[in-house]
Amino acid sequence: MSRKLTDEQYRKTKSWKFRQWLDGTKDPYLDAVEMKPQIAYQEDKKAKHLRSEEKREIVRRVYDIEHNAEMKIFRKIYRIFSVIFCIALVFMLLVAVSNLPPFGNADNPANNEVAARYIEQGLEETGAVNLVTGMILDYRAFDTLGESHVLFIATCTVLILLRTDRKESREYMEANDRTYEPKNDVILQTAARILVPPIMIFGVYVVLAGHLGPGGGFSGGAVIGAGLILYLNAFGFAKTERFFTVKTYKKMSFAALACYSLAKSYSFYTGANHIESVIPLGTPGAILSSGLILILNICVGVVVAGTMYTFYVMFRKGGY
Amino acid sequence: MAVIEWVRFLAGTALLVSGLIIFAIEMIGVFRFKYVLNRMHAAAMGDTLGIGFSLAGLILMSGLNFTSLKLLFVIVFLWFSSPVSSHLIARLEVTTDEEKEKHYKILSLEELEKEVEE
Repeated sequence: MSRKLTDEQYRKTKSWKFRQWLDGTKDPYLDAVEMKPQIAYQEDKKAKHLRSEEKREIVRRVYDIEHNAEMKIFRKIYRIFSVIFCIALVFMLLVAVSNLPPFGNADNPANNEVAARYIEQGLEETGAVNLVTGMILDYRAFDTLGESHVLFIATCTVLILLRTDRKESREYMEANDRTYEPKNDVILQTAARILVPPIMIFGVYVVLAGHLGPGGGFSGGAVIGAGLILYLNAFGFAKTERFFTVKTYKKMSFAALACYSLAKSYSFYTGANHIESVIPLGTPGAILSSGLILILNICVGVVVAGTMYTFYVMFRKGGY
Repeated sequence: MAVIEWVRFLAGTALLVSGLIIFAIEMIGVFRFKYVLNRMHAAAMGDTLGIGFSLAGLILMSGLNFTSLKLLFVIVFLWFSSPVSSHLIARLEVTTDEEKEKHYKILSLEELEKEVEE
Protein backbone atom coordinates (compact mmCIF):
# COMPACT_ATOMS: atom_id res chain seq x y z
CA MET A 1 0.00 0.00 0.00
CA SER A 2 1.59 3.21 -1.12
CA ARG A 3 -0.92 5.52 0.46
CA LYS A 4 0.04 8.83 2.03
CA LEU A 5 -3.09 9.15 4.15
CA THR A 6 -3.75 7.14 7.25
CA ASP A 7 -6.72 4.81 7.35
CA GLU A 8 -9.00 7.26 9.16
CA GLN A 9 -8.19 10.09 6.82
CA TYR A 10 -8.70 7.85 3.84
CA ARG A 11 -12.13 6.87 5.05
CA LYS A 12 -13.28 10.48 4.74
CA THR A 13 -12.30 10.85 1.08
CA LYS A 14 -14.63 10.27 -1.81
CA SER A 15 -12.41 7.68 -3.41
CA TRP A 16 -12.97 5.35 -0.46
CA LYS A 17 -16.72 5.71 -0.86
CA PHE A 18 -16.42 5.10 -4.57
CA ARG A 19 -14.31 2.02 -3.97
CA GLN A 20 -16.84 0.75 -1.44
CA TRP A 21 -19.59 1.26 -3.95
CA LEU A 22 -17.52 -0.46 -6.62
CA ASP A 23 -16.88 -3.46 -4.42
CA GLY A 24 -20.51 -3.63 -3.44
CA THR A 25 -19.73 -3.62 0.28
CA LYS A 26 -22.06 -0.72 0.83
CA ASP A 27 -25.03 0.46 -1.16
CA PRO A 28 -25.34 4.24 -1.05
CA TYR A 29 -29.05 4.08 -1.83
CA LEU A 30 -30.04 1.22 0.42
CA ASP A 31 -30.90 3.39 3.41
CA ALA A 32 -32.21 6.25 1.34
CA VAL A 33 -34.77 4.20 -0.54
CA GLU A 34 -38.23 4.17 0.88
CA MET A 35 -39.48 0.61 1.03
CA LYS A 36 -42.17 0.59 3.70
CA PRO A 37 -45.87 1.21 3.11
CA GLN A 38 -47.05 4.65 4.11
CA ILE A 39 -49.18 5.25 7.18
CA ALA A 40 -52.87 4.88 6.48
CA TYR A 41 -54.95 8.03 6.42
CA GLN A 42 -56.58 8.89 9.74
CA GLU A 43 -60.10 10.13 9.25
CA ASP A 44 -61.24 12.81 11.64
CA LYS A 45 -64.62 12.63 13.37
CA LYS A 46 -66.29 15.23 11.22
CA ALA A 47 -65.42 13.47 8.00
CA LYS A 48 -66.56 10.14 9.44
CA HIS A 49 -69.88 11.65 10.44
CA LEU A 50 -70.25 13.14 6.96
CA ARG A 51 -69.48 9.80 5.38
CA SER A 52 -72.00 7.97 7.54
CA GLU A 53 -74.66 10.38 6.37
CA GLU A 54 -73.61 9.95 2.80
CA LYS A 55 -76.82 8.25 1.71
CA ARG A 56 -78.99 11.05 3.03
CA GLU A 57 -76.57 13.56 1.55
CA ILE A 58 -76.80 11.97 -1.90
CA VAL A 59 -80.61 12.01 -1.81
CA ARG A 60 -80.56 15.64 -0.76
CA ARG A 61 -78.08 16.60 -3.45
CA VAL A 62 -79.64 14.66 -6.29
CA TYR A 63 -83.26 15.62 -5.70
CA ASP A 64 -82.46 19.07 -4.29
CA ILE A 65 -85.49 19.24 -2.03
CA GLU A 66 -84.90 22.87 -1.08
CA HIS A 67 -85.34 24.13 -4.62
CA ASN A 68 -88.14 21.75 -5.50
CA ALA A 69 -90.50 24.21 -7.18
CA GLU A 70 -87.81 25.65 -9.44
CA MET A 71 -86.59 22.18 -10.34
CA LYS A 72 -90.10 21.09 -11.33
CA ILE A 73 -90.53 24.02 -13.72
CA PHE A 74 -87.03 23.52 -15.12
CA ARG A 75 -87.66 19.85 -15.72
CA LYS A 76 -90.90 20.50 -17.59
CA ILE A 77 -89.23 23.07 -19.85
CA TYR A 78 -86.28 20.74 -20.32
CA ARG A 79 -88.50 17.85 -21.40
CA ILE A 80 -90.47 19.96 -23.87
CA PHE A 81 -87.30 21.38 -25.41
CA SER A 82 -85.60 18.00 -25.64
CA VAL A 83 -88.62 16.53 -27.47
CA ILE A 84 -88.67 19.49 -29.89
CA PHE A 85 -84.91 19.18 -30.46
CA CYS A 86 -85.11 15.44 -31.13
CA ILE A 87 -88.00 15.83 -33.59
CA ALA A 88 -86.14 18.60 -35.45
CA LEU A 89 -82.97 16.50 -35.60
CA VAL A 90 -84.83 13.42 -36.87
CA PHE A 91 -86.61 15.52 -39.49
CA MET A 92 -83.37 17.06 -40.72
CA LEU A 93 -81.61 13.70 -40.93
CA LEU A 94 -84.53 12.11 -42.79
CA VAL A 95 -84.56 14.94 -45.33
CA ALA A 96 -80.80 14.50 -45.81
CA VAL A 97 -81.15 10.74 -46.25
CA SER A 98 -83.98 11.12 -48.79
CA ASN A 99 -81.66 13.17 -50.98
CA LEU A 100 -78.90 10.53 -50.98
CA PRO A 101 -78.55 8.02 -53.83
CA PRO A 102 -79.91 4.53 -53.06
CA PHE A 103 -77.73 2.33 -50.86
CA GLY A 104 -75.64 -0.42 -52.47
CA ASN A 105 -75.93 0.85 -56.01
CA ALA A 106 -72.75 0.13 -57.96
CA ASP A 107 -72.92 3.43 -59.80
CA ASN A 108 -72.92 5.53 -56.62
CA PRO A 109 -70.32 8.30 -56.61
CA ALA A 110 -68.96 7.07 -53.28
CA ASN A 111 -67.92 3.82 -54.95
CA ASN A 112 -65.98 5.26 -57.89
CA GLU A 113 -65.66 9.01 -58.15
CA VAL A 114 -64.73 9.90 -54.56
CA ALA A 115 -61.83 7.48 -54.19
CA ALA A 116 -60.52 8.29 -57.67
CA ARG A 117 -60.68 12.02 -56.97
CA TYR A 118 -58.87 11.63 -53.64
CA ILE A 119 -56.03 9.77 -55.30
CA GLU A 120 -55.77 11.83 -58.47
CA GLN A 121 -56.33 15.36 -57.20
CA GLY A 122 -55.70 15.02 -53.45
CA LEU A 123 -52.16 16.42 -53.59
CA GLU A 124 -53.22 19.30 -55.81
CA GLU A 125 -56.28 20.31 -53.81
CA THR A 126 -55.08 19.84 -50.23
CA GLY A 127 -51.32 20.30 -50.63
CA ALA A 128 -50.63 17.47 -48.17
CA VAL A 129 -48.11 14.81 -49.17
CA ASN A 130 -49.72 12.41 -46.69
CA LEU A 131 -53.01 11.68 -48.46
CA VAL A 132 -54.67 10.23 -45.38
CA THR A 133 -54.14 13.47 -43.47
CA GLY A 134 -55.38 15.40 -46.49
CA MET A 135 -58.51 13.30 -46.43
CA ILE A 136 -59.32 13.44 -42.72
CA LEU A 137 -58.39 17.08 -42.19
CA ASP A 138 -59.54 18.60 -45.48
CA TYR A 139 -62.21 16.64 -47.30
CA ARG A 140 -63.65 15.13 -44.12
CA ALA A 141 -62.62 17.77 -41.60
CA PHE A 142 -66.13 17.98 -40.22
CA ASP A 143 -65.84 14.37 -39.11
CA THR A 144 -62.52 15.05 -37.35
CA LEU A 145 -64.03 18.05 -35.58
CA GLY A 146 -66.70 15.69 -34.24
CA GLU A 147 -63.98 13.28 -33.12
CA SER A 148 -62.14 15.91 -31.12
CA HIS A 149 -65.44 16.96 -29.58
CA VAL A 150 -66.07 13.34 -28.63
CA LEU A 151 -62.73 13.39 -26.77
CA PHE A 152 -63.67 16.64 -25.06
CA ILE A 153 -67.10 15.29 -24.06
CA ALA A 154 -65.46 12.11 -22.74
CA THR A 155 -63.21 14.22 -20.52
CA CYS A 156 -66.21 16.22 -19.32
CA THR A 157 -68.00 12.98 -18.40
CA VAL A 158 -64.96 11.65 -16.56
CA LEU A 159 -64.71 14.99 -14.74
CA ILE A 160 -68.38 14.77 -13.71
CA LEU A 161 -68.06 11.18 -12.52
CA LEU A 162 -64.66 11.17 -10.83
CA ARG A 163 -63.93 14.72 -9.73
CA THR A 164 -63.99 15.22 -5.99
CA ASP A 165 -65.18 18.72 -5.29
CA ARG A 166 -65.31 18.79 -1.53
CA LYS A 167 -62.20 19.64 0.35
CA GLU A 168 -62.34 16.80 2.90
CA SER A 169 -62.72 14.09 0.31
CA ARG A 170 -59.93 15.59 -1.74
CA GLU A 171 -57.63 15.47 1.27
CA TYR A 172 -58.62 11.85 1.77
CA MET A 173 -57.84 11.04 -1.85
CA GLU A 174 -54.53 12.84 -1.69
CA ALA A 175 -53.45 10.99 1.43
CA ASN A 176 -54.40 7.67 -0.16
CA ASP A 177 -52.72 8.54 -3.43
CA ARG A 178 -50.31 5.70 -4.25
CA THR A 179 -50.40 4.25 -0.75
CA TYR A 180 -48.13 1.34 -1.53
CA GLU A 181 -46.45 2.70 -4.61
CA PRO A 182 -42.94 4.04 -4.10
CA LYS A 183 -42.73 7.81 -4.16
CA ASN A 184 -39.56 9.69 -5.13
CA ASP A 185 -38.04 6.65 -6.76
CA VAL A 186 -34.45 7.52 -7.69
CA ILE A 187 -34.27 5.12 -10.63
CA LEU A 188 -37.55 6.30 -12.13
CA GLN A 189 -36.59 9.93 -11.66
CA THR A 190 -33.26 9.47 -13.40
CA ALA A 191 -34.87 7.61 -16.28
CA ALA A 192 -37.60 10.23 -16.57
CA ARG A 193 -35.09 13.06 -16.55
CA ILE A 194 -33.43 11.50 -19.58
CA LEU A 195 -36.52 10.19 -21.37
CA VAL A 196 -39.13 12.94 -20.99
CA PRO A 197 -37.49 15.62 -23.19
CA PRO A 198 -36.98 13.29 -26.21
CA ILE A 199 -40.53 11.97 -25.82
CA MET A 200 -41.95 15.49 -25.83
CA ILE A 201 -39.84 16.55 -28.81
CA PHE A 202 -40.84 13.41 -30.69
CA GLY A 203 -44.51 14.10 -29.95
CA VAL A 204 -44.21 17.67 -31.23
CA TYR A 205 -42.43 16.35 -34.33
CA VAL A 206 -45.20 13.83 -35.00
CA VAL A 207 -47.84 16.57 -34.65
CA LEU A 208 -46.02 19.03 -36.90
CA ALA A 209 -45.08 16.50 -39.60
CA GLY A 210 -48.60 15.10 -39.90
CA HIS A 211 -49.10 16.40 -43.43
CA LEU A 212 -45.66 15.25 -44.60
CA GLY A 213 -45.60 11.66 -43.42
CA PRO A 214 -47.13 9.21 -41.00
CA GLY A 215 -48.35 10.96 -37.89
CA GLY A 216 -50.77 13.70 -37.08
CA GLY A 217 -52.66 15.20 -34.19
CA PHE A 218 -54.07 12.04 -32.66
CA SER A 219 -50.86 10.01 -32.50
CA GLY A 220 -48.61 12.96 -31.62
CA GLY A 221 -51.01 14.11 -28.91
CA ALA A 222 -50.98 10.62 -27.44
CA VAL A 223 -47.16 10.67 -27.34
CA ILE A 224 -47.11 14.07 -25.60
CA GLY A 225 -49.74 12.88 -23.11
CA ALA A 226 -47.67 9.79 -22.33
CA GLY A 227 -44.62 12.00 -21.69
CA LEU A 228 -46.65 14.16 -19.31
CA ILE A 229 -47.87 11.09 -17.45
CA LEU A 230 -44.30 9.79 -17.11
CA TYR A 231 -43.16 13.15 -15.74
CA LEU A 232 -46.04 13.16 -13.26
CA ASN A 233 -45.25 9.63 -12.10
CA ALA A 234 -41.62 10.46 -11.51
CA PHE A 235 -41.86 13.87 -9.87
CA GLY A 236 -45.34 14.06 -8.39
CA PHE A 237 -48.15 16.57 -8.52
CA ALA A 238 -46.20 19.40 -6.90
CA LYS A 239 -44.03 19.74 -10.00
CA THR A 240 -46.67 19.24 -12.69
CA GLU A 241 -49.20 21.57 -11.12
CA ARG A 242 -46.82 24.45 -11.67
CA PHE A 243 -47.58 24.33 -15.38
CA PHE A 244 -50.60 22.08 -15.89
CA THR A 245 -53.76 22.42 -13.81
CA VAL A 246 -57.38 21.93 -14.67
CA LYS A 247 -57.56 25.63 -15.55
CA THR A 248 -54.80 25.23 -18.12
CA TYR A 249 -56.58 22.22 -19.53
CA LYS A 250 -59.88 24.10 -19.85
CA LYS A 251 -58.24 27.06 -21.58
CA MET A 252 -56.15 24.85 -23.84
CA SER A 253 -58.96 22.64 -25.05
CA PHE A 254 -61.35 25.57 -25.45
CA ALA A 255 -58.80 27.50 -27.50
CA ALA A 256 -57.97 24.48 -29.63
CA LEU A 257 -61.58 23.54 -30.34
CA ALA A 258 -62.58 27.14 -31.04
CA CYS A 259 -59.61 27.58 -33.36
CA TYR A 260 -60.52 24.38 -35.19
CA SER A 261 -64.16 25.43 -35.55
CA LEU A 262 -63.25 28.93 -36.77
CA ALA A 263 -60.68 27.68 -39.29
CA LYS A 264 -63.02 25.04 -40.63
CA SER A 265 -66.06 27.32 -40.79
CA TYR A 266 -63.94 29.76 -42.80
CA SER A 267 -63.08 27.11 -45.35
CA PHE A 268 -66.67 25.81 -45.44
CA TYR A 269 -67.95 29.35 -46.01
CA THR A 270 -65.52 30.06 -48.84
CA GLY A 271 -66.09 26.63 -50.37
CA ALA A 272 -69.88 26.81 -50.27
CA ASN A 273 -69.98 30.32 -51.76
CA HIS A 274 -67.28 29.64 -54.37
CA ILE A 275 -64.99 32.33 -52.96
CA GLU A 276 -61.24 31.96 -53.48
CA SER A 277 -59.60 31.06 -50.14
CA VAL A 278 -56.88 33.48 -48.99
CA ILE A 279 -54.80 30.77 -47.34
CA PRO A 280 -52.08 29.57 -49.75
CA LEU A 281 -51.47 25.86 -50.16
CA GLY A 282 -47.70 26.26 -50.48
CA THR A 283 -45.34 23.81 -52.11
CA PRO A 284 -46.15 20.20 -51.19
CA GLY A 285 -43.47 18.72 -48.94
CA ALA A 286 -42.55 21.95 -47.15
CA ILE A 287 -43.33 22.22 -43.45
CA LEU A 288 -45.46 25.36 -43.97
CA SER A 289 -47.73 23.96 -46.64
CA SER A 290 -51.14 22.46 -47.24
CA GLY A 291 -53.12 25.43 -45.94
CA LEU A 292 -55.06 24.82 -42.75
CA ILE A 293 -54.04 21.22 -42.17
CA LEU A 294 -51.03 22.09 -40.00
CA ILE A 295 -53.12 24.33 -37.73
CA LEU A 296 -55.86 21.71 -37.45
CA ASN A 297 -53.26 19.06 -36.59
CA ILE A 298 -51.88 21.23 -33.79
CA CYS A 299 -55.40 21.82 -32.42
CA VAL A 300 -56.20 18.11 -32.42
CA GLY A 301 -52.82 17.32 -30.82
CA VAL A 302 -53.41 19.78 -27.98
CA VAL A 303 -56.86 18.36 -27.25
CA VAL A 304 -55.64 14.75 -27.31
CA ALA A 305 -52.62 15.43 -25.06
CA GLY A 306 -54.75 17.27 -22.48
CA THR A 307 -57.39 14.57 -22.57
CA MET A 308 -54.93 11.74 -21.95
CA TYR A 309 -53.29 13.52 -19.05
CA THR A 310 -56.63 14.54 -17.51
CA PHE A 311 -57.98 10.98 -17.76
CA TYR A 312 -54.94 9.68 -15.90
CA VAL A 313 -55.15 12.33 -13.18
CA MET A 314 -58.88 11.82 -12.71
CA PHE A 315 -58.59 8.09 -12.32
CA ARG A 316 -55.68 8.40 -9.93
CA LYS A 317 -56.64 11.28 -7.67
CA GLY A 318 -59.95 12.77 -8.75
CA GLY A 319 -59.08 16.39 -9.39
CA TYR A 320 -56.02 18.52 -9.71
CA MET B 1 -18.91 -7.44 -53.07
CA ALA B 2 -21.37 -10.32 -53.14
CA VAL B 3 -19.34 -12.06 -50.42
CA ILE B 4 -19.71 -9.07 -48.08
CA GLU B 5 -23.46 -8.97 -48.77
CA TRP B 6 -23.71 -12.65 -47.92
CA VAL B 7 -21.71 -12.23 -44.72
CA ARG B 8 -23.92 -9.34 -43.69
CA PHE B 9 -27.07 -11.28 -44.40
CA LEU B 10 -25.84 -14.31 -42.48
CA ALA B 11 -24.74 -12.23 -39.50
CA GLY B 12 -28.09 -10.44 -39.45
CA THR B 13 -29.97 -13.73 -39.62
CA ALA B 14 -27.83 -15.19 -36.84
CA LEU B 15 -28.63 -12.20 -34.62
CA LEU B 16 -32.35 -12.42 -35.43
CA VAL B 17 -32.43 -16.13 -34.68
CA SER B 18 -30.59 -15.68 -31.38
CA GLY B 19 -33.10 -12.96 -30.48
CA LEU B 20 -35.93 -15.37 -31.26
CA ILE B 21 -34.29 -18.09 -29.14
CA ILE B 22 -34.11 -15.66 -26.23
CA PHE B 23 -37.78 -14.82 -26.72
CA ALA B 24 -38.57 -18.54 -26.61
CA ILE B 25 -36.58 -18.93 -23.37
CA GLU B 26 -38.47 -15.95 -21.97
CA MET B 27 -41.83 -17.52 -22.79
CA ILE B 28 -40.83 -20.83 -21.16
CA GLY B 29 -39.64 -18.95 -18.07
CA VAL B 30 -42.83 -16.92 -17.79
CA PHE B 31 -44.94 -20.06 -17.87
CA ARG B 32 -42.71 -22.28 -15.73
CA PHE B 33 -42.01 -19.99 -12.78
CA LYS B 34 -44.61 -19.58 -10.06
CA TYR B 35 -43.74 -16.40 -8.18
CA VAL B 36 -44.12 -12.90 -9.66
CA LEU B 37 -40.54 -11.77 -9.22
CA ASN B 38 -39.14 -14.92 -10.82
CA ARG B 39 -41.48 -14.55 -13.75
CA MET B 40 -40.57 -10.89 -14.13
CA HIS B 41 -36.91 -11.84 -14.20
CA ALA B 42 -37.65 -14.12 -17.13
CA ALA B 43 -39.87 -11.59 -18.88
CA ALA B 44 -37.38 -8.74 -18.56
CA MET B 45 -34.79 -10.76 -20.47
CA GLY B 46 -36.84 -10.72 -23.66
CA ASP B 47 -37.60 -7.03 -23.37
CA THR B 48 -33.93 -6.12 -23.24
CA LEU B 49 -31.66 -8.79 -24.68
CA GLY B 50 -34.13 -10.44 -27.05
CA ILE B 51 -35.31 -7.22 -28.60
CA GLY B 52 -31.73 -5.91 -28.66
CA PHE B 53 -30.54 -8.93 -30.65
CA SER B 54 -33.48 -8.86 -33.07
CA LEU B 55 -33.21 -5.13 -33.77
CA ALA B 56 -29.42 -5.38 -34.12
CA GLY B 57 -30.00 -8.07 -36.72
CA LEU B 58 -32.44 -5.84 -38.56
CA ILE B 59 -29.94 -2.95 -38.43
CA LEU B 60 -27.24 -5.18 -39.94
CA MET B 61 -29.60 -6.28 -42.68
CA SER B 62 -30.78 -2.80 -43.64
CA GLY B 63 -27.30 -1.23 -43.62
CA LEU B 64 -26.37 2.33 -42.81
CA ASN B 65 -29.40 4.54 -43.41
CA PHE B 66 -32.08 6.52 -41.61
CA THR B 67 -34.15 3.43 -40.83
CA SER B 68 -31.29 1.77 -38.97
CA LEU B 69 -30.78 4.97 -36.95
CA LYS B 70 -34.43 4.85 -35.97
CA LEU B 71 -34.06 1.20 -34.97
CA LEU B 72 -31.05 2.14 -32.85
CA PHE B 73 -33.17 4.75 -31.09
CA VAL B 74 -35.84 2.12 -30.48
CA ILE B 75 -33.21 -0.09 -28.79
CA VAL B 76 -32.01 2.80 -26.62
CA PHE B 77 -35.58 3.70 -25.65
CA LEU B 78 -36.48 0.14 -24.75
CA TRP B 79 -33.31 -0.35 -22.72
CA PHE B 80 -34.16 2.74 -20.76
CA SER B 81 -37.85 2.14 -20.21
CA SER B 82 -38.27 -1.60 -19.81
CA PRO B 83 -35.89 -2.12 -16.82
CA VAL B 84 -37.32 0.94 -15.09
CA SER B 85 -40.89 -0.23 -15.46
CA SER B 86 -40.08 -3.74 -14.27
CA HIS B 87 -38.18 -2.20 -11.34
CA LEU B 88 -41.32 -0.27 -10.36
CA ILE B 89 -43.55 -3.34 -10.64
CA ALA B 90 -41.08 -5.41 -8.59
CA ARG B 91 -40.96 -2.74 -5.91
CA LEU B 92 -44.74 -2.60 -5.73
CA GLU B 93 -44.76 -6.37 -5.33
CA VAL B 94 -42.18 -6.19 -2.52
CA THR B 95 -44.08 -3.50 -0.61
CA THR B 96 -47.51 -5.10 -0.94
CA ASP B 97 -46.54 -8.75 -0.48
CA GLU B 98 -48.32 -10.11 2.60
CA GLU B 99 -46.52 -13.46 2.84
CA LYS B 100 -42.92 -12.42 2.42
CA GLU B 101 -41.48 -15.35 4.36
CA LYS B 102 -43.12 -17.79 2.00
CA HIS B 103 -41.60 -16.26 -1.11
CA TYR B 104 -38.15 -14.97 -0.27
CA LYS B 105 -35.57 -14.32 2.44
CA ILE B 106 -34.52 -10.81 3.33
CA LEU B 107 -30.75 -10.73 3.96
CA SER B 108 -28.42 -7.96 4.99
CA LEU B 109 -25.15 -7.73 3.07
CA GLU B 110 -23.09 -9.48 5.75
CA GLU B 111 -25.54 -12.37 5.86
CA LEU B 112 -25.45 -12.53 2.10
CA GLU B 113 -21.68 -12.84 2.11
CA LYS B 114 -21.92 -15.71 4.57
CA GLU B 115 -24.51 -17.45 2.39
CA VAL B 116 -22.31 -17.11 -0.64
CA GLU B 117 -19.29 -18.46 1.20
CA GLU B 118 -21.24 -21.49 2.36
